[in-house]
Amino acid sequence: MEIAVLLKQVPATESLIEIADGGTTIKTDGINWVMNPYDELAVEEALQIRAADGGTVTVFSLGPEKAVEALRTALAMGADTAVRIDPQGKPMDGLSTAKVLAGELKKGAFDLIIAGHRAVDDDNFQVGPAVAELMGIPHISMVIRQEVTDGRIRCTRTIDGGTLVLETALPALITTQRGLNEPRYASLPGIMKAKKKPIDTRALSETGTDPGEPMVRTIAMRLPPQRKGGRIIEGDSATAKAEALVKALREEAKVI
Amino acid sequence: MSQAILAITEQLDGSFKNVSFEVISAGKKIAEKTGGPLIAGVMGAGIEAIAGQAAEYGADRILLADHEGLKDGLSDACIQAAAQLVAKSGPAVVLIGATSLGKDIAARLSARLDAPLAMDCVDVRVEGDQVVATRPMYGGKVLAEVSLSGTPAIVAIRPRAVEAVAAQGQGEVEKVDISLDGTTLSLVEKHMETGKIELTEADVVVTGGRGMGGDDFAVVEALAKVLGGAVGASRSAVDEGWRAVSDQVGQTGKVVAPNLYIACGVSGAIQHLAGMASSRVVVAVNKDPEAPIFSKCDFGIVGDLFDVVPAITAEIEKMKG
Repeated sequence: MEIAVLLKQVPATESLIEIADGGTTIKTDGINWVMNPYDELAVEEALQIRAADGGTVTVFSLGPEKAVEALRTALAMGADTAVRIDPQGKPMDGLSTAKVLAGELKKGAFDLIIAGHRAVDDDNFQVGPAVAELMGIPHISMVIRQEVTDGRIRCTRTIDGGTLVLETALPALITTQRGLNEPRYASLPGIMKAKKKPIDTRALSETGTDPGEPMVRTIAMRLPPQRKGGRIIEGDSATAKAEALVKALREEAKVI
Repeated sequence: MSQAILAITEQLDGSFKNVSFEVISAGKKIAEKTGGPLIAGVMGAGIEAIAGQAAEYGADRILLADHEGLKDGLSDACIQAAAQLVAKSGPAVVLIGATSLGKDIAARLSARLDAPLAMDCVDVRVEGDQVVATRPMYGGKVLAEVSLSGTPAIVAIRPRAVEAVAAQGQGEVEKVDISLDGTTLSLVEKHMETGKIELTEADVVVTGGRGMGGDDFAVVEALAKVLGGAVGASRSAVDEGWRAVSDQVGQTGKVVAPNLYIACGVSGAIQHLAGMASSRVVVAVNKDPEAPIFSKCDFGIVGDLFDVVPAITAEIEKMKG
């Protein structure tokens, strides 16, 4: 199995997000950058498939120089090779990202492409399925279990209020959902080895893909209305507090 | 430029999902600005009887794609049908609910049509000749305004973000012949959790956190039941294996927006607060008066959740008689 994994470097979910001057991006200083948590699941699943069926795992990221860190993490976990496409400062939306990635993936012969179902920064839910569309292959989103047999993949995916078991032919793209696996930590020898592995860096202008101008642009950002400190309901007993709360919910907040 | 708005609806087993009406209502608002018409797209198998309901929310035309191949609501068949509804109606804007199916359709549709997509939006409007959408990013820590240039502008709308407003429309149902070629997904099995209210659609969400101390969520479940709500869990409760991943509220779980959110034994990590920030009223119960959740709630009770939560349940039962 030749497996490709798409990954992105994002601010850790514990990060406090603030808006930068100019109002269309976030402040990046002081942010702890990590591999998108859903992409960690993707790397782990690829490694498990390789362990069972053989093959190679190639990780791709479209991102600035810093994104090398996420690629190194994937290499340290056990991926074979890493490719970084340098956007050369060009602004990208979800679809332009998908176009560039699909262009690079077409140069290989991958049986399976795995991506996170969304990146926890843009929350776009777009790149994986869009890559599949541009490559003309099927995709299954939000997978929590998969099994490959005889050139077909069978996946359990989550949907609103339940799960579906779906099957399709390879090559295919799947996106990951929590529950798929427990991503391994990179071992120290893995980290040492990853430092020596070369990263194949390709400039956007050399890829042969022109993603065009982004059609979606962020024109403003704001923080959602913040709750002030709540009113603490006092009372002599749990029952007294509960009584006061229910009264407040009914008469003031009018939610019950 | 076309001014038509296409609202793609979603039905499950012959009933429209609520988000369908929310999407039509969002379309109605835009159509009033562009001059319309507002067209509802309905997809499924044997669903002619329900298609007309789209008119009750203001649809001027209803395009019905009724095809046996849409019976299971699988994404690849629905994407083909949706693309044909777009071709038929030539809209300036395509709206769709950001459900698990809707997101799949929207993402592939944008690539197929080389059209801009704003995913999981909480508002959409037309400013001048520009479609602008509001979408949460960073798990809800930020609200971004995005402009979409290109036709059609595809906007996926988060369930419960826009109100469904009744409005009578012309709503003549027109059947559209669609062809489904080369679909490759096949359904092996479907498992729906019956009687369970989906977190993202619930009016009330009661969440248990680390303070639950184990997988016995009975007190939380009892409160959710009496309120007709859904049960959620914090990331620590899920990581401990006490609850299913699908119950998780937060940046790496689900973003919820109920009228009432009750956090029990949840300390209030940043990534959890982001997932519940859009709730209308937040109640926190925690025995630690210093828990960060108390600075992000409307009402707080300091106390042992195993005493307080059953007392709240009893009080609501008493109120309901």
